[in-house]
Amino acid sequence: MMHFMLLFSRQGKLRLQKWYTATAERDKKKMVRELMQIVLARKPKMCSFLEWRDLKIVYKRYASLYFCCAIEEQDNELITLEVIHRFVELLDKYFGSVCELDIIFNFEKAYFILDEFLMGGEIQDTSKKSVLKAIEQADLLQEEDESPRSVLEEMGLA
Amino acid sequence: MALKIVKGSIDRMFDKNLQDLVRGIRNHKEDEAKYISTCIDEIKQELKQDNIAVKANAVCKLTYLQMLGYDVSWAAFNIVEVMSSSKFTYKRIGYLAASQCFHESTDVIMLTTNQIRKDLSSPNQYDTGVALTGLSCFVTPDLARDLANDIMTLMSHTKPYIRKKAVLIMYKVFLKYPESLRPAFPRLKEKLEDPDPGVQSAAVNVICELARRNPKNYLSLAPLFFKLMTSSTNNWVLIKIIKLFGALTPLEPRLGKKLIEPLTNLIHSTSAMSLLYECVNTVYIDVNTPPLPSLSLSLCLYLSLPPQLCVQKLRILIEDSDQNLKYLGLLAMSKILKTHPKSVQSHKDLILQCLDDKDESIRLRALDLLYGMVSKKNLMEIVKKLMLHVDKAEGTTYRDELLTKIIDICSQSNYQYITNFEWYISILVELTRLEGTRHGHLIASQMLDVAIRVKAIRGFAVAQMATLLDNAHLLTGNMQRMGICEVLYAAAWICGEFSEHLENPMQTLEAMLRPKVATLPGHIQAVYVQNAAKLFATVLKSQEGNTDSTAAQETSQLMIDRLPLFVQSANLEVQERASCILQLVKYIQKLQQKDVEVAEEVSALFAGELNPVAPKAQKKVPVPEGLDLDSWINEPPSESESEDEQPKAIFAKEEPKHSRPRREEVDEKELAKRREARKQEQANNPFYIKASPSSQKVYQEAPGVEHIPVVQIDLSVPLKVPGLPMSDQYVKLEEERRQKERAEKKKKEKKKRKEKRSGRGKKHDSGPESEEDITPAHQVDIVTEEMPEKSSKHKKKKQKKEKEEKEKKKKKKHHHHHHHSDGGGEEAVQNGTVEEEEPLLTSLKNKSSTYQVVVSVIFENKCDSFLKSMEFNVLDSLNSKLQRPEGSGPHDGLTVPFQLPPGVSNEARFVFTVQSIIMPQKLKGTLTFIVKDSSTHEKLDFKLHFTCTSYLITTPCYSDAFAKLLESGDLKCSSVRLEGVNMPFHHLLARICFHHHFSVVERIDSCASMYSRSIQGHHVCLLVKVTVSIDAKCDEPTLLGNVLDEIKQTFSQC
Repeated sequence: MMHFMLLFSRQGKLRLQKWYTATAERDKKKMVRELMQIVLARKPKMCSFLEWRDLKIVYKRYASLYFCCAIEEQDNELITLEVIHRFVELLDKYFGSVCELDIIFNFEKAYFILDEFLMGGEIQDTSKKSVLKAIEQADLLQEEDESPRSVLEEMGLA
Repeated sequence: MALKIVKGSIDRMFDKNLQDLVRGIRNHKEDEAKYISTCIDEIKQELKQDNIAVKANAVCKLTYLQMLGYDVSWAAFNIVEVMSSSKFTYKRIGYLAASQCFHESTDVIMLTTNQIRKDLSSPNQYDTGVALTGLSCFVTPDLARDLANDIMTLMSHTKPYIRKKAVLIMYKVFLKYPESLRPAFPRLKEKLEDPDPGVQSAAVNVICELARRNPKNYLSLAPLFFKLMTSSTNNWVLIKIIKLFGALTPLEPRLGKKLIEPLTNLIHSTSAMSLLYECVNTVYIDVNTPPLPSLSLSLCLYLSLPPQLCVQKLRILIEDSDQNLKYLGLLAMSKILKTHPKSVQSHKDLILQCLDDKDESIRLRALDLLYGMVSKKNLMEIVKKLMLHVDKAEGTTYRDELLTKIIDICSQSNYQYITNFEWYISILVELTRLEGTRHGHLIASQMLDVAIRVKAIRGFAVAQMATLLDNAHLLTGNMQRMGICEVLYAAAWICGEFSEHLENPMQTLEAMLRPKVATLPGHIQAVYVQNAAKLFATVLKSQEGNTDSTAAQETSQLMIDRLPLFVQSANLEVQERASCILQLVKYIQKLQQKDVEVAEEVSALFAGELNPVAPKAQKKVPVPEGLDLDSWINEPPSESESEDEQPKAIFAKEEPKHSRPRREEVDEKELAKRREARKQEQANNPFYIKASPSSQKVYQEAPGVEHIPVVQIDLSVPLKVPGLPMSDQYVKLEEERRQKERAEKKKKEKKKRKEKRSGRGKKHDSGPESEEDITPAHQVDIVTEEMPEKSSKHKKKKQKKEKEEKEKKKKKKHHHHHHHSDGGGEEAVQNGTVEEEEPLLTSLKNKSSTYQVVVSVIFENKCDSFLKSMEFNVLDSLNSKLQRPEGSGPHDGLTVPFQLPPGVSNEARFVFTVQSIIMPQKLKGTLTFIVKDSSTHEKLDFKLHFTCTSYLITTPCYSDAFAKLLESGDLKCSSVRLEGVNMPFHHLLARICFHHHFSVVERIDSCASMYSRSIQGHHVCLLVKVTVSIDAKCDEPTLLGNVLDEIKQTFSQC
């Protein structure tokens, strides 16, 4: 089971964090800081796996963004790399050639996608299509919610 | 109402939304904290408004700030408010915020139960989905208990979207509320066959996780999973299933066999590396774990992929340019190393190559592997390579890792792989030059250990340590290097304790009393002071021998001058030792001034050597009469009274303590197993003292402590290298040494071949040396009879060879003789065609009361015709019988498994069973064969001579054990005079040793005592005198008589 997933930039700014195990806020911060330091210090040609505390860290860099997952001892590193890649693909499909700024400004959307893809540290759906479909429909629902309000807004302005 | 909405909308227009916040933060890089605090104030205002849209916006911003590390727990209630909004847009944000910010101790969570329940049963599947997702992050035991039923119902929801989420979240619920597992399990099992692949994979995920924790309960699902595995094409699911089987197979070995086919198919067909890796990992590693070696074997067999092949596959991974595969390959390799070390060892080159990798994680993995791969042969080479890396390594953590690994590798199994301890000491000394390592104490303890346990190395070690002490400033010069100064502790102690080996003790003494020493940590200073005193004693001893007494007095003065520095030390122990020694030296000086010789007495202070004591020594101290260790010293308090007073619950746990130690519970099997394990460990330990059973017997009868065997480990040091050693040179020296050995061996072989023994050369002929062929430079003498076969192989072989050689000579003679007597028959065979058989006693094996003797016979064809269909037959006696294959009659011959072209020789082995070994035996035999050209049957007669001597095994014996043996009175006496022997005494002894397998126990002038032991454990003791008379004692008089006759015969022939 995945313990957490972090997205952070080359400059060490956290862009996304998802914890699948209950962790105290203070420990989270400490772990994030420590991991960012370790991962950022690694050179590009190095392998994507680390042993850290009693977890295995799998990370991959996409452009300026690091995707970093912590998995358990028995978990498969290669499949975790695929999970990361699949998530990036989903983001890419959703935003249309995603960049770091998309994730910064629409961070809640990034979370929604992640939540449709993974749940409780396990892969929820292995099909890209069904994940995207779920997101789209949820978004549609949201727009239905919002559209009457914009009409009202216009009324208020008028 | 409308106005309110309009007002809210206008307010919203001026609110910052999330994008504005993010942009704002990016624009205020300098005063980010200040900007954010104003934002938080704004958010607080927004949260006070009634408009849910405003609140949701505020909560969204808070979620972002939470990620940046700001505390937002104060807004927990507002988050709950947003969660309970009826609009999906806000609900979504609310649940997101909750999943990011809530944890088990958030108290508002209990307010959410009903809201979540409502959302779970919402007609809108996305409401339900969002609630489930959120819940998966912050589910508490209470929530799990209250909502378990609702979620269970959702597992059968009509929409697969809900079903898969419900199934996944059930795992979290099980963890928080285990009672829910039983009622939910049937439904979960159902989901394994759900028509929707997403739901199916979710169910597999959950059951796989559950099974990892407790595989036993899920065995019944194996058939179902088996079906899934063969039908599914989804790699994600397959990986999970394989993992699950990895957990199940150890419990149900039959499963392993069933899996082989589908797994093999997968391995061969899949293109996904992750799946392949999982298969290989599961098949060979998870399943190959020690508890089920038989299973692993069968798996390997069935898969027709021996571990070597698996390793081969891994090798491909490691050689891949992809660093990730390389890493995983090494990781898997290290797991295989535990079960199949041999198959991994052949890839040493590759592993060493990985040490050069740029990636530290890969290097560390390779290091782990190296630990298991070293052997006597490659240790130096590997360590040399590691030393190079130590020099190159950047970053102290990796270097420290290297250092500990080097020491681990060298010292594993009690220095099993070290053949040259000088080399090891040099390595340790080299390691002390590392900048800023934390492992000074580790190096120090190794130095101490080696110096104490390997006697022969002390001279060398002391020289090295003296140099270290002399250059102590190099180690301590830099405060950063404080860790390494621990080494000085070891250096000082070794120089003091073994000061007799010092070349220039005075210089070392001065080095140890330098003022700079006072800056060292207290415990090191204490050792310095104490050992300065030891050195002082040594110096005095050497100086008093001279006529000039002033030198000795000057030394005392030096001590008196320097010691006060330590008397002032803040460290109590330094102070105590220094003042004690200072007073002592002052007293000595006083005596010296009166011209009294004191050296003897001073060195008596430190006399006596620290010796390792045999581990079983305590056992050999007899228990005094009348002492019953099992009886109580004081009667235990009667249990009834205390138990009545104490409440039972408290007492129950402690009860076992009152009862006697439950030794009985460890059953015999377990004990035997442990014993075996211990023996194995001891056998691998070159410094472990093995008690010889013969002496043990004697000791048990002898009261008193003085016979506790004290270890004697003597190593011969062949070379001496002046100055600071470079470990490299040892690698070279070692190489040379081995080469020489090899050369000698070859020479011997050649000789042997000349002696018409080419058949036997086969074994040693092979180019690369085998591990056993390497003999340590520092030979460790171990008194042993108990050594398990594995470690004594080498020795045994040698013994065998000697035996053979001797036996052979005799046989030859015998045969010649024989030929002459039966000459007529043989000459008739063919002109000049004579084969010679040389029966060689090779190995003796105990098989209940009968003993097996293996006889090697070398057949050589001396004629120029091809010989075939050879049959070997011996006329059995009552005592000795040739072992024939089952079903053949007692007089059938054995077919010799080869044919002989002209001029070729070959060896065949025949097994005899022997009942009594106390009498020599002569067996008549015949060899029949067909000469190819004439195709006639020919016959050759021979005799096999089993002498009593051949049943003796050279066994070393200590003189005190020998004396006890003689005193014990169990042995019968006999004596013999050798007439007309005219050779030096030591030649005579050597002959007896060589021909009759004795060892010299002790030699005093004109007498020597010798000892040997039969394969049945008879002791044979000889007292040989220069006058060439032999007094002998043995517990079996017949055997003794025969052995003496044989000795006599040996000398009558020369």
